[in-house]
Amino acid sequence: MAIKADLVIIGGGPAGMSAAVAAYDAGIRDIIILERDKSLGGILRQCIHNGFGLHRFKEELTGPEYAYRYEMQVREKNIPFKLNTMVLDITSDKVVTAMNSEDGLFQIEAKSIILAMGCRERSKGALNIAGYRPAGIFTAGTAQKFVNIDGYMPGREVVILGSGDIGLIMARRMTLEGAKVKAVCELMPYSGGLARNIEQCLNDFNIPLHLSHTVVEVHGKERVTGVTIAKVDERRKPIPETRQFIECDTLLLSVGLLPENELTKCADIALDRITGGAVVDQNRQTEIEGVFACGNVLHVHDLVDYVSEESEIAGKAAAEYILGNKKPATDINLVTDGKVRYTVPQKISAEENVTVYFRVADVYRDVAIVVRDGENVLINKKKQKVAPGEMEAITITAEMIKNLEGKTLSFSIEQKEGK
Amino acid sequence: MIRELTCIVCPKGCQLKVELDGKKVVSVEGYTCKRGLAYAESECVAPMRTLTTTAPVEGGGVVPVKTNKPVPKELLFECMAEVNKARVPADAKLGEVVIENILGTGADVVTTRNVKI
Repeated sequence: MAIKADLVIIGGGPAGMSAAVAAYDAGIRDIIILERDKSLGGILRQCIHNGFGLHRFKEELTGPEYAYRYEMQVREKNIPFKLNTMVLDITSDKVVTAMNSEDGLFQIEAKSIILAMGCRERSKGALNIAGYRPAGIFTAGTAQKFVNIDGYMPGREVVILGSGDIGLIMARRMTLEGAKVKAVCELMPYSGGLARNIEQCLNDFNIPLHLSHTVVEVHGKERVTGVTIAKVDERRKPIPETRQFIECDTLLLSVGLLPENELTKCADIALDRITGGAVVDQNRQTEIEGVFACGNVLHVHDLVDYVSEESEIAGKAAAEYILGNKKPATDINLVTDGKVRYTVPQKISAEENVTVYFRVADVYRDVAIVVRDGENVLINKKKQKVAPGEMEAITITAEMIKNLEGKTLSFSIEQKEGK
Repeated sequence: MIRELTCIVCPKGCQLKVELDGKKVVSVEGYTCKRGLAYAESECVAPMRTLTTTAPVEGGGVVPVKTNKPVPKELLFECMAEVNKARVPADAKLGEVVIENILGTGADVVTTRNVKI
Protein backbone atom coordinates (compact mmCIF):
# COMPACT_ATOMS: atom_id res chain seq x y z
CA MET A 1 0.00 0.00 0.00
CA ALA A 2 1.87 3.03 -1.27
CA ILE A 3 1.25 6.65 -0.32
CA LYS A 4 1.31 9.24 -3.06
CA ALA A 5 3.23 12.51 -3.22
CA ASP A 6 3.85 15.13 -5.88
CA LEU A 7 7.52 15.51 -5.06
CA VAL A 8 9.89 13.29 -3.10
CA ILE A 9 13.29 14.79 -2.33
CA ILE A 10 15.97 12.33 -1.29
CA GLY A 11 18.40 14.05 1.05
CA GLY A 12 17.89 16.96 3.47
CA GLY A 13 21.24 18.68 3.03
CA PRO A 14 21.78 22.02 1.32
CA ALA A 15 20.75 20.62 -2.09
CA GLY A 16 17.56 18.96 -0.88
CA MET A 17 16.47 21.92 1.23
CA SER A 18 17.11 24.49 -1.54
CA ALA A 19 15.26 22.33 -4.05
CA ALA A 20 12.32 21.93 -1.66
CA VAL A 21 12.05 25.65 -1.05
CA ALA A 22 12.25 26.41 -4.78
CA ALA A 23 9.57 23.83 -5.63
CA TYR A 24 7.34 25.25 -2.85
CA ASP A 25 7.79 28.77 -4.18
CA ALA A 26 6.82 27.52 -7.64
CA GLY A 27 3.47 26.32 -6.25
CA ILE A 28 4.04 22.73 -5.14
CA ARG A 29 2.75 21.83 -1.67
CA ASP A 30 2.73 18.03 -1.60
CA ILE A 31 6.46 17.62 -0.97
CA ILE A 32 8.34 15.25 1.28
CA ILE A 33 12.04 15.33 2.13
CA LEU A 34 13.60 12.03 3.23
CA GLU A 35 16.78 12.41 5.30
CA ARG A 36 18.81 9.59 6.80
CA ASP A 37 20.48 11.63 9.54
CA LYS A 38 18.82 12.82 12.76
CA SER A 39 18.51 16.42 11.57
CA LEU A 40 18.40 18.47 8.39
CA GLY A 41 21.60 20.15 7.18
CA GLY A 42 23.68 17.37 5.68
CA ILE A 43 27.45 17.78 5.65
CA LEU A 44 27.15 21.47 6.63
CA ARG A 45 26.39 20.37 10.19
CA GLN A 46 30.01 19.34 10.66
CA CYS A 47 31.56 22.13 8.56
CA ILE A 48 31.78 24.54 11.49
CA HIS A 49 34.35 26.79 9.76
CA ASN A 50 33.30 30.01 8.06
CA GLY A 51 33.35 31.07 4.44
CA PHE A 52 29.92 29.86 3.35
CA GLY A 53 27.31 32.11 1.77
CA LEU A 54 29.47 34.93 0.40
CA HIS A 55 27.71 34.74 -2.97
CA ARG A 56 24.24 33.93 -1.73
CA PHE A 57 23.89 36.04 1.40
CA LYS A 58 26.79 38.49 0.88
CA GLU A 59 28.13 37.56 4.29
CA GLU A 60 30.43 34.98 5.70
CA LEU A 61 28.58 32.22 7.52
CA THR A 62 29.65 28.96 9.13
CA GLY A 63 28.23 25.70 7.75
CA PRO A 64 25.64 25.25 10.51
CA GLU A 65 24.46 28.86 10.08
CA TYR A 66 24.08 28.44 6.31
CA ALA A 67 22.11 25.22 6.81
CA TYR A 68 19.92 26.86 9.46
CA ARG A 69 18.80 29.59 7.06
CA TYR A 70 17.40 26.91 4.74
CA GLU A 71 16.06 24.77 7.56
CA MET A 72 14.11 27.81 8.82
CA GLN A 73 12.57 28.25 5.36
CA VAL A 74 11.62 24.58 5.21
CA ARG A 75 10.01 24.86 8.67
CA GLU A 76 8.26 28.18 8.03
CA LYS A 77 6.73 26.82 4.83
CA ASN A 78 5.76 23.63 6.68
CA ILE A 79 7.43 21.46 4.07
CA PRO A 80 7.19 17.92 5.47
CA PHE A 81 10.37 15.96 6.13
CA LYS A 82 11.15 12.60 7.66
CA LEU A 83 14.42 12.20 9.58
CA ASN A 84 16.30 8.99 10.40
CA THR A 85 14.82 7.64 7.20
CA MET A 86 16.82 5.55 4.79
CA VAL A 87 15.75 5.31 1.17
CA LEU A 88 16.40 1.79 -0.07
CA ASP A 89 15.23 1.88 -3.65
CA ILE A 90 13.79 4.03 -6.38
CA THR A 91 12.32 2.71 -9.61
CA SER A 92 12.21 4.19 -13.08
CA ASP A 93 8.45 4.70 -12.65
CA LYS A 94 9.17 6.81 -9.55
CA VAL A 95 8.27 4.53 -6.67
CA VAL A 96 10.44 5.30 -3.64
CA THR A 97 10.97 2.59 -1.00
CA ALA A 98 12.23 3.79 2.37
CA MET A 99 12.25 2.79 6.00
CA ASN A 100 12.59 4.19 9.48
CA SER A 101 11.88 2.96 12.99
CA GLU A 102 8.50 4.75 13.23
CA ASP A 103 6.83 3.93 9.92
CA GLY A 104 8.70 0.72 9.19
CA LEU A 105 9.06 -0.04 5.53
CA PHE A 106 6.99 2.17 3.24
CA GLN A 107 6.60 3.16 -0.38
CA ILE A 108 5.78 6.50 -1.98
CA GLU A 109 4.49 6.83 -5.53
CA ALA A 110 5.94 10.17 -6.63
CA LYS A 111 5.07 12.34 -9.60
CA SER A 112 8.58 13.70 -9.47
CA ILE A 113 11.79 12.84 -7.58
CA ILE A 114 14.77 15.04 -6.82
CA LEU A 115 18.00 13.19 -6.09
CA ALA A 116 20.01 15.15 -3.52
CA MET A 117 22.02 12.47 -1.75
CA GLY A 118 25.36 14.29 -1.80
CA CYS A 119 28.70 12.55 -2.00
CA ARG A 120 30.99 10.25 -0.04
CA GLU A 121 34.67 10.38 0.64
CA ARG A 122 37.02 8.07 -1.16
CA SER A 123 38.13 5.70 1.60
CA LYS A 124 41.35 3.92 2.45
CA GLY A 125 40.23 0.78 0.63
CA ALA A 126 40.48 2.68 -2.63
CA LEU A 127 44.12 3.63 -2.04
CA ASN A 128 46.05 0.36 -1.86
CA ILE A 129 48.63 1.52 0.67
CA ALA A 130 50.92 -1.26 1.94
CA GLY A 131 51.01 -2.24 5.62
CA TYR A 132 48.65 -3.42 8.35
CA ARG A 133 45.23 -1.90 8.90
CA PRO A 134 45.66 -0.48 12.40
CA ALA A 135 43.29 1.87 14.20
CA GLY A 136 44.00 5.52 13.53
CA ILE A 137 43.24 5.80 9.82
CA PHE A 138 40.25 8.02 9.10
CA THR A 139 38.85 9.94 6.20
CA ALA A 140 39.14 13.66 6.94
CA GLY A 141 35.34 13.96 7.00
CA THR A 142 34.99 11.19 9.58
CA ALA A 143 37.55 12.92 11.78
CA GLN A 144 35.64 16.16 11.24
CA LYS A 145 32.45 14.53 12.51
CA PHE A 146 34.24 13.09 15.57
CA VAL A 147 35.74 16.47 16.50
CA ASN A 148 32.98 18.90 15.57
CA ILE A 149 29.81 16.96 16.34
CA ASP A 150 30.78 14.27 18.84
CA GLY A 151 33.53 16.26 20.58
CA TYR A 152 36.20 13.53 20.40
CA MET A 153 39.78 13.94 19.18
CA PRO A 154 40.73 11.02 16.96
CA GLY A 155 44.47 11.47 17.49
CA ARG A 156 47.39 13.62 18.68
CA GLU A 157 50.07 13.35 16.01
CA VAL A 158 48.69 13.51 12.54
CA VAL A 159 49.74 13.07 8.92
CA ILE A 160 47.23 14.00 6.24
CA LEU A 161 47.26 12.41 2.79
CA GLY A 162 45.62 14.57 0.14
CA SER A 163 45.22 18.31 0.10
CA GLY A 164 41.53 18.59 -0.66
CA ASP A 165 39.70 21.31 1.24
CA ILE A 166 38.40 19.00 3.97
CA GLY A 167 41.97 17.82 4.66
CA LEU A 168 43.23 21.40 4.86
CA ILE A 169 40.36 22.46 7.10
CA MET A 170 41.03 19.47 9.38
CA ALA A 171 44.75 20.30 9.55
CA ARG A 172 43.78 23.61 11.14
CA ARG A 173 41.01 22.16 13.27
CA MET A 174 43.20 19.40 14.78
CA THR A 175 45.99 21.93 15.38
CA LEU A 176 43.66 24.33 17.21
CA GLU A 177 42.48 21.45 19.40
CA GLY A 178 46.07 20.68 20.41
CA ALA A 179 47.15 18.00 17.94
CA LYS A 180 50.43 18.21 16.04
CA VAL A 181 49.89 17.99 12.30
CA LYS A 182 53.27 16.91 10.99
CA ALA A 183 52.69 16.96 7.26
CA VAL A 184 50.17 17.15 4.45
CA CYS A 185 51.18 15.02 1.44
CA GLU A 186 49.73 15.63 -2.00
CA LEU A 187 50.32 13.18 -4.86
CA MET A 188 49.82 15.84 -7.52
CA PRO A 189 52.25 18.73 -8.10
CA TYR A 190 49.47 21.13 -7.07
CA SER A 191 46.92 21.20 -4.27
CA GLY A 192 43.32 20.20 -4.87
CA GLY A 193 42.18 22.71 -2.27
CA LEU A 194 41.42 26.42 -2.46
CA ALA A 195 44.42 28.76 -2.30
CA ARG A 196 42.95 30.54 0.70
CA ASN A 197 42.79 27.29 2.64
CA ILE A 198 46.49 26.61 2.00
CA GLU A 199 47.10 30.07 3.43
CA GLN A 200 44.84 30.09 6.47
CA CYS A 201 44.89 26.38 7.37
CA LEU A 202 48.51 25.39 6.68
CA ASN A 203 50.70 28.51 6.41
CA ASP A 204 49.10 30.12 9.47
CA PHE A 205 50.29 27.16 11.56
CA ASN A 206 53.55 26.34 9.71
CA ILE A 207 52.21 22.95 8.60
CA PRO A 208 54.38 21.64 5.74
CA LEU A 209 52.68 20.77 2.43
CA HIS A 210 54.66 18.17 0.47
CA LEU A 211 53.54 18.31 -3.16
CA SER A 212 54.27 15.28 -5.39
CA HIS A 213 54.47 13.10 -2.28
CA THR A 214 52.42 10.15 -1.13
CA VAL A 215 52.18 7.70 1.76
CA VAL A 216 53.79 4.42 0.71
CA GLU A 217 53.50 2.48 3.97
CA VAL A 218 51.47 2.56 7.15
CA HIS A 219 53.24 1.32 10.29
CA GLY A 220 51.72 -0.14 13.46
CA LYS A 221 49.61 -3.20 14.17
CA GLU A 222 47.00 -2.22 16.76
CA ARG A 223 47.35 1.54 16.28
CA VAL A 224 49.17 3.62 13.70
CA THR A 225 52.74 4.28 14.89
CA GLY A 226 53.92 6.14 11.81
CA VAL A 227 53.85 6.39 8.05
CA THR A 228 56.53 6.29 5.37
CA ILE A 229 56.14 8.96 2.72
CA ALA A 230 58.01 9.31 -0.56
CA LYS A 231 58.31 11.74 -3.43
CA VAL A 232 56.75 10.60 -6.69
CA ASP A 233 58.06 11.04 -10.24
CA GLU A 234 56.14 12.56 -13.18
CA ARG A 235 54.32 9.27 -13.62
CA ARG A 236 53.31 9.36 -9.95
CA LYS A 237 55.52 6.38 -9.04
CA PRO A 238 57.20 6.68 -5.63
CA ILE A 239 60.98 7.25 -5.78
CA PRO A 240 62.53 4.72 -3.32
CA GLU A 241 65.52 6.92 -2.34
CA THR A 242 63.17 9.61 -1.08
CA ARG A 243 61.40 7.39 1.49
CA GLN A 244 61.06 9.12 4.83
CA PHE A 245 59.50 7.86 8.09
CA ILE A 246 57.20 10.15 10.06
CA GLU A 247 56.10 9.10 13.54
CA CYS A 248 52.36 9.67 14.09
CA ASP A 249 49.29 8.03 15.62
CA THR A 250 46.76 9.13 13.02
CA LEU A 251 46.52 9.23 9.23
CA LEU A 252 43.74 11.33 7.72
CA LEU A 253 42.72 10.83 4.11
CA SER A 254 41.44 13.69 1.99
CA VAL A 255 41.71 12.06 -1.40
CA GLY A 256 38.55 12.95 -3.21
CA LEU A 257 34.79 12.83 -3.11
CA LEU A 258 32.50 10.54 -5.04
CA PRO A 259 28.84 11.32 -5.78
CA GLU A 260 26.66 8.78 -3.98
CA ASN A 261 24.51 7.35 -6.76
CA GLU A 262 23.50 3.85 -5.62
CA LEU A 263 19.83 4.89 -5.78
CA THR A 264 20.27 6.51 -9.18
CA LYS A 265 21.62 3.18 -10.43
CA CYS A 266 18.58 1.39 -8.93
CA ALA A 267 16.42 3.32 -11.40
CA ASP A 268 18.79 2.56 -14.30
CA ILE A 269 19.55 6.24 -14.84
CA ALA A 270 22.60 6.83 -17.04
CA LEU A 271 25.63 8.24 -15.20
CA ASP A 272 28.43 10.38 -16.60
CA ARG A 273 31.69 8.40 -16.30
CA ILE A 274 33.67 11.50 -15.37
CA THR A 275 31.41 13.21 -12.83
CA GLY A 276 30.04 9.98 -11.36
CA GLY A 277 26.66 11.73 -11.34
CA ALA A 278 23.65 11.49 -13.62
CA VAL A 279 23.68 12.89 -17.14
CA VAL A 280 21.37 15.92 -17.00
CA ASP A 281 19.94 18.72 -19.08
CA GLN A 282 19.89 22.39 -18.17
CA ASN A 283 16.93 21.82 -15.81
CA ARG A 284 18.98 19.14 -14.04
CA GLN A 285 16.55 16.53 -15.33
CA THR A 286 18.04 13.05 -15.73
CA GLU A 287 17.22 10.86 -18.69
CA ILE A 288 14.02 9.83 -16.88
CA GLU A 289 11.40 12.55 -17.19
CA GLY A 290 10.46 13.93 -13.80
CA VAL A 291 13.60 12.69 -12.04
CA PHE A 292 16.06 15.47 -11.28
CA ALA A 293 19.46 15.60 -9.57
CA CYS A 294 21.30 18.47 -7.89
CA GLY A 295 24.19 19.24 -5.57
CA ASN A 296 27.12 16.94 -4.88
CA VAL A 297 25.23 13.85 -6.04
CA LEU A 298 25.41 15.34 -9.52
CA HIS A 299 29.01 16.59 -9.45
CA VAL A 300 31.22 17.66 -6.58
CA HIS A 301 31.03 21.41 -5.95
CA ASP A 302 33.59 23.69 -4.28
CA LEU A 303 31.04 26.08 -2.83
CA VAL A 304 27.67 25.44 -1.24
CA ASP A 305 26.42 28.68 -2.78
CA TYR A 306 26.55 26.98 -6.19
CA VAL A 307 24.82 23.90 -4.76
CA SER A 308 21.92 26.10 -3.66
CA GLU A 309 21.79 27.76 -7.07
CA GLU A 310 21.77 24.46 -8.92
CA SER A 311 19.18 22.97 -6.57
CA GLU A 312 16.83 25.89 -7.16
CA ILE A 313 17.00 25.12 -10.88
CA ALA A 314 16.09 21.49 -10.16
CA GLY A 315 13.34 22.40 -7.66
CA LYS A 316 11.73 24.88 -10.02
CA ALA A 317 11.93 22.48 -12.97
CA ALA A 318 10.38 19.66 -10.90
CA ALA A 319 7.51 22.01 -10.04
CA GLU A 320 6.99 22.86 -13.73
CA TYR A 321 7.00 19.16 -14.55
CA ILE A 322 4.41 18.40 -11.86
CA LEU A 323 2.24 21.29 -13.04
CA GLY A 324 2.42 19.88 -16.56
CA ASN A 325 4.31 22.76 -18.16
CA LYS A 326 6.30 21.33 -21.02
CA LYS A 327 9.90 22.41 -21.35
CA PRO A 328 11.61 22.74 -24.73
CA ALA A 329 13.52 19.68 -25.95
CA THR A 330 17.16 19.61 -24.94
CA ASP A 331 18.78 18.28 -28.05
CA ILE A 332 22.14 20.06 -28.06
CA ASN A 333 24.92 17.89 -26.69
CA LEU A 334 27.93 19.42 -24.94
CA VAL A 335 31.21 17.61 -25.60
CA THR A 336 34.71 18.21 -24.16
CA ASP A 337 38.31 17.90 -25.35
CA GLY A 338 39.69 16.08 -22.29
CA LYS A 339 41.40 19.21 -20.97
CA VAL A 340 37.89 20.27 -20.07
CA ARG A 341 37.02 17.08 -18.21
CA TYR A 342 33.26 17.38 -18.10
CA THR A 343 30.36 19.77 -18.27
CA VAL A 344 27.17 19.99 -16.23
CA PRO A 345 24.65 20.08 -17.78
CA GLN A 346 25.60 17.68 -20.56
CA LYS A 347 22.58 18.58 -22.73
CA ILE A 348 20.87 21.93 -23.34
CA SER A 349 18.11 23.50 -25.40
CA ALA A 350 18.49 26.58 -27.57
CA GLU A 351 15.61 28.39 -25.89
CA GLU A 352 17.21 30.15 -22.93
CA ASN A 353 20.50 31.31 -21.47
CA VAL A 354 22.36 28.48 -19.75
CA THR A 355 25.29 28.59 -17.38
CA VAL A 356 27.52 25.59 -17.95
CA TYR A 357 29.79 24.39 -15.14
CA PHE A 358 32.95 22.40 -15.76
CA ARG A 359 36.32 21.34 -14.42
CA VAL A 360 39.67 21.05 -16.15
CA ALA A 361 42.09 18.09 -16.05
CA ASP A 362 45.30 19.88 -15.07
CA VAL A 363 46.66 23.32 -14.17
CA TYR A 364 46.81 25.43 -17.36
CA ARG A 365 48.20 28.97 -17.55
CA ASP A 366 47.53 31.72 -20.11
CA VAL A 367 44.88 29.81 -21.98
CA ALA A 368 41.46 30.42 -23.45
CA ILE A 369 38.25 28.57 -22.80
CA VAL A 370 36.78 28.03 -26.26
CA VAL A 371 33.23 26.99 -27.11
CA ARG A 372 32.60 25.97 -30.73
CA ASP A 373 29.72 25.04 -32.97
CA GLY A 374 31.62 22.98 -35.54
CA GLU A 375 34.33 25.38 -36.79
CA ASN A 376 32.45 28.38 -35.52
CA VAL A 377 33.89 29.96 -32.34
CA LEU A 378 31.04 31.10 -30.07
CA ILE A 379 33.04 31.96 -26.96
CA ASN A 380 36.75 32.61 -26.46
CA LYS A 381 37.35 33.54 -22.85
CA LYS A 382 40.92 34.21 -21.74
CA LYS A 383 42.07 32.91 -18.37
CA GLN A 384 45.35 33.50 -16.55
CA LYS A 385 45.01 30.19 -14.80
CA VAL A 386 42.57 27.30 -14.56
CA ALA A 387 42.97 24.41 -12.11
CA PRO A 388 41.16 21.14 -11.36
CA GLY A 389 40.34 22.33 -7.84
CA GLU A 390 38.30 25.26 -9.06
CA MET A 391 35.03 24.80 -10.91
CA GLU A 392 34.61 27.11 -13.90
CA ALA A 393 31.37 28.53 -15.24
CA ILE A 394 30.51 29.97 -18.63
CA THR A 395 27.16 31.32 -19.79
CA ILE A 396 25.82 30.48 -23.22
CA THR A 397 23.10 32.84 -24.33
CA ALA A 398 20.08 31.80 -26.37
CA GLU A 399 21.15 34.46 -28.88
CA MET A 400 24.48 32.68 -29.48
CA ILE A 401 22.97 29.31 -30.24
CA LYS A 402 19.70 30.10 -31.98
CA ASN A 403 21.28 29.48 -35.41
CA LEU A 404 23.46 26.49 -34.63
CA GLU A 405 24.80 24.52 -37.57
CA GLY A 406 25.18 21.26 -35.69
CA LYS A 407 23.63 19.78 -32.59
CA THR A 408 26.90 19.73 -30.66
CA LEU A 409 28.83 22.39 -28.76
CA SER A 410 32.45 21.56 -28.01
CA PHE A 411 34.32 22.90 -24.99
CA SER A 412 38.11 23.09 -25.04
CA ILE A 413 41.11 24.70 -23.38
CA GLU A 414 43.49 26.21 -25.93
CA GLN A 415 46.72 28.16 -25.88
CA LYS A 416 46.14 31.83 -26.54
CA GLU A 417 47.06 32.94 -30.03
CA GLY A 418 50.68 34.02 -30.42
CA LYS A 419 51.87 31.74 -27.59
CA MET B 1 60.22 45.06 0.95
CA ILE B 2 57.62 43.23 -1.15
CA ARG B 3 55.43 40.66 0.59
CA GLU B 4 53.36 38.17 -1.39
CA LEU B 5 50.08 36.98 0.10
CA THR B 6 47.13 34.81 -0.85
CA CYS B 7 43.95 36.67 -0.01
CA ILE B 8 41.66 34.64 2.30
CA VAL B 9 38.62 36.90 2.14
CA CYS B 10 36.78 34.76 -0.43
CA PRO B 11 37.28 31.49 -2.35
CA LYS B 12 38.85 33.30 -5.31
CA GLY B 13 42.19 33.45 -3.46
CA CYS B 14 43.72 36.47 -5.24
CA GLN B 15 47.54 36.70 -5.20
CA LEU B 16 48.50 39.98 -3.58
CA LYS B 17 51.77 41.89 -3.69
CA VAL B 18 52.24 44.33 -0.86
CA GLU B 19 55.04 46.87 -0.85
CA LEU B 20 56.12 47.59 2.71
CA ASP B 21 58.28 50.22 4.32
CA GLY B 22 58.96 48.62 7.69
CA LYS B 23 55.44 47.91 8.93
CA LYS B 24 53.89 50.62 6.75
CA VAL B 25 51.99 49.60 3.64
CA VAL B 26 53.15 51.64 0.64
CA SER B 27 51.14 49.95 -2.12
CA VAL B 28 49.07 46.86 -2.86
CA GLU B 29 48.74 45.05 -6.19
CA GLY B 30 46.64 42.10 -7.31
CA TYR B 31 43.48 42.68 -5.29
CA THR B 32 40.15 42.63 -7.11
CA CYS B 33 37.85 44.04 -4.44
CA LYS B 34 37.83 46.51 -1.55
CA ARG B 35 37.83 43.71 1.01
CA GLY B 36 41.00 42.32 -0.55
CA LEU B 37 42.73 45.65 -0.23
CA ALA B 38 41.69 45.91 3.43
CA TYR B 39 42.90 42.33 4.00
CA ALA B 40 46.32 43.05 2.48
CA GLU B 41 46.76 46.07 4.72
CA SER B 42 45.64 44.42 7.95
CA GLU B 43 47.55 41.19 7.19
CA CYS B 44 50.84 43.07 7.00
CA VAL B 45 50.22 45.26 10.03
CA ALA B 46 48.13 43.17 12.44
CA PRO B 47 46.83 39.87 11.04
CA MET B 48 43.33 38.95 12.19
CA ARG B 49 41.36 35.69 11.98
CA THR B 50 37.82 34.61 12.76
CA LEU B 51 38.02 31.67 15.18
CA THR B 52 35.58 28.81 14.61
CA THR B 53 35.60 25.91 17.05
CA THR B 54 33.30 24.02 19.40
CA ALA B 55 32.47 24.78 23.03
CA PRO B 56 31.51 22.23 25.69
CA VAL B 57 27.80 22.05 26.58
CA GLU B 58 26.65 21.70 30.20
CA GLY B 59 25.94 18.04 30.80
CA GLY B 60 28.02 16.83 27.86
CA GLY B 61 28.51 17.26 24.14
CA VAL B 62 29.75 20.22 22.13
CA VAL B 63 28.19 23.03 20.12
CA PRO B 64 29.86 24.95 17.28
CA VAL B 65 30.85 28.55 18.05
CA LYS B 66 32.68 31.42 16.35
CA THR B 67 34.06 34.83 17.20
CA ASN B 68 31.62 37.36 15.75
CA LYS B 69 34.57 39.43 14.50
CA PRO B 70 38.15 38.52 13.66
CA VAL B 71 40.59 38.40 16.57
CA PRO B 72 44.37 38.90 16.43
CA LYS B 73 45.96 35.82 14.88
CA GLU B 74 48.50 35.47 17.68
CA LEU B 75 45.67 35.11 20.22
CA LEU B 76 44.00 32.11 18.51
CA PHE B 77 45.40 29.50 20.91
CA GLU B 78 44.66 31.61 23.99
CA CYS B 79 41.10 32.09 22.73
CA MET B 80 40.82 28.31 22.24
CA ALA B 81 41.80 27.78 25.89
CA GLU B 82 39.08 30.24 27.01
CA VAL B 83 36.42 28.64 24.83
CA ASN B 84 37.28 25.17 26.11
CA LYS B 85 36.76 26.40 29.71
CA ALA B 86 33.28 27.75 28.91
CA ARG B 87 30.08 25.77 29.50
CA VAL B 88 27.20 26.52 27.15
CA PRO B 89 23.67 26.09 28.62
CA ALA B 90 21.87 23.10 27.11
CA ASP B 91 19.00 25.31 25.92
CA ALA B 92 21.19 27.91 24.13
CA LYS B 93 19.95 29.06 20.72
CA LEU B 94 21.93 30.02 17.62
CA GLY B 95 23.70 33.35 18.08
CA GLU B 96 23.79 33.28 21.89
CA VAL B 97 26.87 34.87 23.44
CA VAL B 98 29.07 32.29 25.15
CA ILE B 99 31.98 34.62 26.04
CA GLU B 100 31.67 38.38 25.86
CA ASN B 101 34.66 40.39 24.62
CA ILE B 102 37.03 37.44 24.65
CA LEU B 103 40.49 38.41 25.99
CA GLY B 104 39.62 42.06 25.51
CA THR B 105 39.59 41.71 21.72
CA GLY B 106 36.15 43.27 21.33
CA ALA B 107 34.85 40.05 19.76
CA ASP B 108 32.16 37.89 21.35
CA VAL B 109 32.13 34.11 21.06
CA VAL B 110 28.66 33.09 19.85
CA THR B 111 26.98 29.78 19.09
CA THR B 112 26.43 28.93 15.42
CA ARG B 113 23.51 26.55 15.95
CA ASN B 114 20.86 25.70 18.51
CA VAL B 115 22.30 23.26 21.05
CA LYS B 116 19.14 21.15 20.80
CA ILE B 117 18.55 19.91 17.27
